[in-house]
Amino acid sequence: MKVAYYPGCSLEGTAKDYAVSIQGICTRLNIQLDEIPDWNCCGATSAHSINHRASIELAGRNLNLAARPVQFGLPHADLLVPCPLCFNRLKTAALALEGDQQEYYRITLPDSIPQIWDIANFFAEDNMLRRVAKHIKNPLKNLKAVCYYGCMANRPPEVAEIADYENPQSLDRIMENIGVTAIAWPFKTDCCGASQVLSRPETVSRLVGKLYDMAQRVGAQAIVVSCQMCQANLDMYQAKISDDWGKRFDIPIYYFTELIGLAMGEPDVKKWLSGHIADPFTLLRELGLSK
Amino acid sequence: MLETKTLCPDYQFIQEVESYGTFGAEACFQCRKCTNGCPVAFAMDLLPDQVIRMVLLGQRDTVLSCNSIWICISCETCTTRCPNKIKIAELMDGLKEMAIQAGIACPQPQIRTLHETFLKNVRKRGRVFELGFIQKYMFDSGELQRKWNNKELRYDLKLGLKMAAKRRYLFKPSKINGKDEIREMLAYAFEKKNKP
Repeated sequence: MKVAYYPGCSLEGTAKDYAVSIQGICTRLNIQLDEIPDWNCCGATSAHSINHRASIELAGRNLNLAARPVQFGLPHADLLVPCPLCFNRLKTAALALEGDQQEYYRITLPDSIPQIWDIANFFAEDNMLRRVAKHIKNPLKNLKAVCYYGCMANRPPEVAEIADYENPQSLDRIMENIGVTAIAWPFKTDCCGASQVLSRPETVSRLVGKLYDMAQRVGAQAIVVSCQMCQANLDMYQAKISDDWGKRFDIPIYYFTELIGLAMGEPDVKKWLSGHIADPFTLLRELGLSK
Repeated sequence: MLETKTLCPDYQFIQEVESYGTFGAEACFQCRKCTNGCPVAFAMDLLPDQVIRMVLLGQRDTVLSCNSIWICISCETCTTRCPNKIKIAELMDGLKEMAIQAGIACPQPQIRTLHETFLKNVRKRGRVFELGFIQKYMFDSGELQRKWNNKELRYDLKLGLKMAAKRRYLFKPSKINGKDEIREMLAYAFEKKNKP
């Protein structure tokens, strides 16, 4: 299976660990990730915040590149996007560039572009769940976690094309498939504060602290994410947020791809996890899931 | 809270706002669902429903200078839940763009600096180079100084070193072949004053 792949800027840097875990499980699952040649930044929050045209055209350029035929064959049918913000921006651009005001923009899309997939929804499809199930060596029994989806993979539903946007299930399905108990909780799609970690860190502390607090109250041992921005905000500042709240939060933040890798017995999982700031190992050792 | 004062409605303003994108703000019947679901309403000087009301009443200066349009995090909860399908988060973006073009002082200058620094970074190479972007932002926004003054810098420095040791940074920026295309794209977008 071959898919077009748009990693996005942060997967080259602070979310390298996410990138290697995606690459790792895809290799094992025989999914070839063909990176869009010469892709550019989607514009992220900054472009849509202060310049609408830039936000559509920056993202649109990538869609054009993704729609090109591969070598001498057909274009890819699917475009896989791990970063939910990139996913959202690419979907928004596709809507704008195919909509009734497309003339306004200086980017023209070809008649058909690949289907744009949020990575969690891609892996939650029945065929992908079956594909993963075949490779499972150590189901992650005893691990109880909450799945945290954040904003951009689901909202607004007209853009994300999601039906269960207030209570999404993709990550929950993926987790149950590999033996994890996915606990129901009310903050699946509550915002982590995103880029305000730089501009208004106190906002992030307040929003993320609320997530930790609820995750602990419902009995979760870990939080599972598919967004590298959420991962960064929940993982990197845990000690600081604990101080702010006067409470000890000690909760590992796993990418769902890392846990799939662990369940599939991938030898490199320890290396993937070593990039985390909040200790990912102690819990896994206690549960007998890792040495 | 808003102080009580007499307003002079200007019903033309909404036309100008809606020319920045089709937000559908006129459909608002003040149910306040946007405000009730907003995760950052606590930090806003005008609540989301009040921003819309003020737009409808043509209170140009009030909406373009409020902090709410900058505090908005674009989580899209309001847009998702609005029963009248108003694109509220998108409206907040449109108002930010209008405020910049009108030369109105930004009440949250560090947020504006963040966006501008980010796009300048994209302009250089076509992709964001995180390390360069964050450093430039910390200096230009005054966050570095603020954190130093509040003795908050220690955590950040320790974290930065840890991240570097874990090789979580890209140390050599990646550059794309189409960077001139991106540069031209951004230059044109910032020159153009209006939206569809």
